[in-house]
Amino acid sequence: MIRLLVVLLIAALPLRAEEIVADMSQDRISISTNFDGSEILIFGAVKRDRPEPEGQQLAIIVTVTGPREEVVVRRKDRRLGIWVNTDSVEVSGVPSFYAVASSVPLADALSPEEDALWGITTPRAVTATAPEGTPAIDADFLSALIRVNTDAGIYGSAEAAVQVRDSTLFSAEIALPADLTEGNYETSIFLTRDGTIVDSYGTSIYVQKVGMERWIYALAHEQPFLYGLLSLFIAIAAGWGASAIFRVFKA
Amino acid sequence: MQIYLPIAEVSVNAFLLLGLGGLVGVLSGMFGVGGGFLMTPLLFMIGIPPAVAVATEANQIVASSFSGVLAHVKRKTVDFRMGWVLLVGGLVGAALGVQVFAILRELGQVDLLVKLCYVLFLGVIGGLMFLESLNAIRKSRSAGPAPKTVRRQRTWIDALPLKMKFRTSGLYISVIPPVLVGLFVGVLAAIMGVGGGFIMVPAMIYLLGMPTKVVVGTSLFQIIFVTAFATMLHATTNYTVDMVLAVLLLVGGVVGAQIGTRIGVKMKAESLRILLAIMVLAVCGKLALDLLLQPAELYSIGTAGGHG
Repeated sequence: MIRLLVVLLIAALPLRAEEIVADMSQDRISISTNFDGSEILIFGAVKRDRPEPEGQQLAIIVTVTGPREEVVVRRKDRRLGIWVNTDSVEVSGVPSFYAVASSVPLADALSPEEDALWGITTPRAVTATAPEGTPAIDADFLSALIRVNTDAGIYGSAEAAVQVRDSTLFSAEIALPADLTEGNYETSIFLTRDGTIVDSYGTSIYVQKVGMERWIYALAHEQPFLYGLLSLFIAIAAGWGASAIFRVFKA
Repeated sequence: MQIYLPIAEVSVNAFLLLGLGGLVGVLSGMFGVGGGFLMTPLLFMIGIPPAVAVATEANQIVASSFSGVLAHVKRKTVDFRMGWVLLVGGLVGAALGVQVFAILRELGQVDLLVKLCYVLFLGVIGGLMFLESLNAIRKSRSAGPAPKTVRRQRTWIDALPLKMKFRTSGLYISVIPPVLVGLFVGVLAAIMGVGGGFIMVPAMIYLLGMPTKVVVGTSLFQIIFVTAFATMLHATTNYTVDMVLAVLLLVGGVVGAQIGTRIGVKMKAESLRILLAIMVLAVCGKLALDLLLQPAELYSIGTAGGHG
């Protein structure tokens, strides 16, 4: 909500010194049988109607946020000598994927106040959609959530991954892993001057299973009984067929 | 070649899956075991979600047991009557097992349950098998007289009601023990993603006193229906059967089994058994260490309610 207001506010400003013009190499990703992750190239330019302001550091930040979902974070503890999941915390609105790339280290590119408002660094982005007044998540669990997802390559921040040429042209490559959740991946580009956001640009990438993957997934969830029968039938046919072929070779 | 598995929602190398199927197939051909108890933990290790691994293994076992049972039917080494009785227990057990599985999944304890079951059963069976084959080797070395055949003693089993005649096995016993054996194996099939032959075969020989030649065919007969039932239940309640994964494992498995059978013929029965025992204990040890040692990462993330 706050985000939307801010976007509207900025959009309503009549005279902007600098504006982002951007595009992506693709706005649609198809998960097919041989899908093994994807790289998207985000590129653009800073449009100016007056000379560049002197002495203010320019930075470009690119974020890609996967569909938000509800997750359970569990902690193991020793019980009777073995390690067992004991405590757990449910967290809603957690991005299934989050990547942030910037042209200079994030701490320099963004002031803490702007970060709190826009939710750009990973910890901020993860909790960005928590409704007002909900109790804060236990810090241990939140940092564990980010750590585990970062280790799994689902969350990542890459400093200096955005290339800027002549303070005008910029480009960034974001790698999307193979185990993507289907849905809309919001892509945002921020232009900052001395840590303050001057302009932002938002678009989205649509990720979808296609072809056989789509068909199998849909069948399994919409017609589970039929799907079960079909799995059995295919497996029996494949097993029987493979041994039949083997017998022919042997004979 | 990476392949994206539609239900597991991970991308895995197709040759790795074919290879795993083949490897476990070779072992199952060599030792005459189903191989589910090896395949399921291996699938955990390559990053397939446990729920998908267990459900898909059930599907694969149906198929790999199918051609086996056909051969036994041809040789008339299936006690159908006993098979049906075991099956009644098995179906009830599988239904129970899938329910337990679903509840524990919500509680986040599925991994623990599956792993504990594996450690317990693999440990006991591997240990027994190891000791027995050591004894057998020692006996064959000392080359004493053949051990006298043990006549089955009259036990509490003979005192139970509801007796039934099983002509193929030459038995007249109560249906209660086979139903219970079936039930137990059914629960295991649903929770561990195994056929349960490694429990059922000893139980049939030592507990029910069935002749060895009908044991394998009859257990395969029961396993096919129970795992098929478990597959259907997993598919309809948890949506975790991945048919692409099943087919890849299966194709590798069938080819591997043929190779394994040929290797098995050339090896001595005792050394085969001791090898199998060592392997079972190794898998058991690996899983036990996972539970006993402090994990590097104490936290894990699961999806609320739905998958995972």
